[in-house]
Amino acid sequence: MATDTLVKNARAARTTIALKLAMATSGLIFIGFVLMHMYGNLKAFGGRDAFNKYAEHLRTFGEPMLPHEGLLWVIRVVLLVALVVHVASAAQLAARASKSRPVKYEVKKNKHSSISSRTMRWGGVALLLFIVWHLINFTIGKVNVSGGATTDPFNLLVDSFDVWWLTLIYLLAMLALGLHLHHGTWSALQTLGLTNSARSRKAAKTTGLIVAVVIAGGFMLVPLFTLFGVISK
Amino acid sequence: MKLTLKIWRQANQDAKGAMHTYELDEVSEDMSFLEMLDVLNEKLNADGEEPIAFDSDCREGICGMCSLMINGEAHGPEVTTTCQLHMRSFNDGETITIEPWRAQAFPVIKDLVVDRSAFDRIIQMGGFISVNTGAAPDAATMPVPKDKADRSFDMATCIGCGACVAACPNGSASLFLGAKITHLGELPQGQAERNERVVNMAAQHDHEHFGGCTNIGECSAACPKEIPLDVISQLNKDLRTAMKQGR
Ligand code: HEM
Ligand code: SF4
Ligand code: FES
Repeated sequence: MATDTLVKNARAARTTIALKLAMATSGLIFIGFVLMHMYGNLKAFGGRDAFNKYAEHLRTFGEPMLPHEGLLWVIRVVLLVALVVHVASAAQLAARASKSRPVKYEVKKNKHSSISSRTMRWGGVALLLFIVWHLINFTIGKVNVSGGATTDPFNLLVDSFDVWWLTLIYLLAMLALGLHLHHGTWSALQTLGLTNSARSRKAAKTTGLIVAVVIAGGFMLVPLFTLFGVISK
Repeated sequence: MKLTLKIWRQANQDAKGAMHTYELDEVSEDMSFLEMLDVLNEKLNADGEEPIAFDSDCREGICGMCSLMINGEAHGPEVTTTCQLHMRSFNDGETITIEPWRAQAFPVIKDLVVDRSAFDRIIQMGGFISVNTGAAPDAATMPVPKDKADRSFDMATCIGCGACVAACPNGSASLFLGAKITHLGELPQGQAERNERVVNMAAQHDHEHFGGCTNIGECSAACPKEIPLDVISQLNKDLRTAMKQGR
C-alpha cells in the first residue's frame, strides 16, 4: 500500500543506500582477503616446505611487534565483522525487495540481468554454507576425510583434494564465488558512486569479470592439480 | 491481425483481480497499442461489458501515463512508451499478456490503472529548486558548462512513467530517483539544496516501500527515455557525500 505521508527527519544513514554502502564496503574487504588467500594457496605448487613455511609465516608475521598469530587474529576479527555486516544487510535488502512486489507478474522477461546478478542472494547463501564447511575442514575442525594426519597443513590439503567429491564441492563453491564476484565487484563500485559515466561503468564491469576469473580460477588450480596428481606428498 | 489478449481485470483497489482472455480481430498494424485497446473497449461496450480501464494522456510519449506491462516488458518490446508502440511490433495470431505495473508503492486502482502518486511525494521532498532563479534574461548571466547542461537535460527527459520500478526485480525506483538527482545536481541552481535533496528524496523512496537497488540494470533497459545506469551511481555518490557532511 502506498503511503500518503512525507518523511520527517530523514537521515542518510537510515536509507537503503546506506545499507548498500555497508554491503559494498564489506564486500570489498572480502575481495581483498580472497585475493591474498588465493595467492597463498598457489604456494602449494612449490611443494610441502614452501606451503607450510607460508602458513607458519602468516603466524609469525610482525613479531615481535605483534604477538604470535597477531596479524591472523586481526584479519579474523575484521572478516567476522565484515561477514556479519554483509549478511545482515543482504537479509534486510532481500526482505525489502520481496515486500516491494507482493503481486507477481504473470509474464516477466529479463532483458538486462545476468546469471551473476540474478544469483547474488542464493549464491550468497551457498557461499555462507561453504565458508562454514571450509572452516570446519581446514581451520577449526581440521577434518581429514581420508582419515590421515591433520597436523601438517600441506598433508591435509593433499589428502583432501585426492578425494574427487570433495574437490567437486570446492570447484562448485568457486563457481559460485566467481558468479558472486562478477556482479559484486561492479555493483560495489556503482554503489560507492564511482561509475558516473558509460566509460567507467564499462571499466567496472570488465574489472568484475577479471576479478571473478582470476580469483575463482586461481582458487580452482590447487584442488584440480592435486586431484590429477601434479601436487602430491 | 488477429490477437488473443490476456488482460488483468480488477474492479477496484480492494477487489481481487484475475487475468481475462479476449479475442480481437481486424487489428491494423498501423494502430498504436492504445488504439488497439480502444477498439477492444468499443467492442466490449457494444457487448454490454465493462470496458477495460487503462491510463493515457498525451499519447505522444511525453506525459508518462500509459503504464502497461506487455508480454513481461514495461511499455512492450520497443524502447518507447506504450502510446508510441505500434501493432506492427507484434505478429498475427500472437497472444499478448497485459498487466499493470506491479509494486507495493503503485497500488492498482482499477484494471490496468495504478496510483503513481508515490513519485509525486518523492518529488515533493526535494525534486525542485527553491532559490530564486530570476527572470528569463538573468539565466544567461549564470554560465553552465556545456557537458553539465547536456547531462542535466538528458536526465530531465525522465517522464516519471514508472517503467523502471515495474521492470526492477527489487521494485526499486532508483533510476527515477537518480535521474532527478542528476538533473538538478548538475546545475548551479541545484547546489544549495543538494545534500538535503538527496537524503530527503531517498528517505521518501524507502518510506513508499520501493525496494533497494542491486544494480541489475533492468530499469535502464526498460526506460523509454534511455536514462543510463550512471544516474544511480550519481545518486549513491550524492548520498555518500551528504552522509559525510553530517546529514
Ligand atoms: C567470500 C565471500 C564474499 C565476497 C567476496 C562477497 C562480495 C560481495 C560484493 C563485492 C558485493 C557487492 C556489493 C554491492 O552490491 O554494492 C556483494 C553483494 C552481495 N553479497 Fe556478497 N560476498 C561474499 C559473501 C557473501 C555471503 C556469505 C553472502 C550471504 C548471505 C552474500 C550475499 C550478498 C548479497 C545478497 C549481495 C547483494 C546483491 C547485489 O548487490 O546484487 N555474500 N558481495
Ligand atoms: S527513469 Fe525512465 S523508466 Fe523510470 S520513470 Fe523516468 S522515464 Fe520512466
Ligand atoms: S500517454 Fe503520455 S507518454 Fe504515453
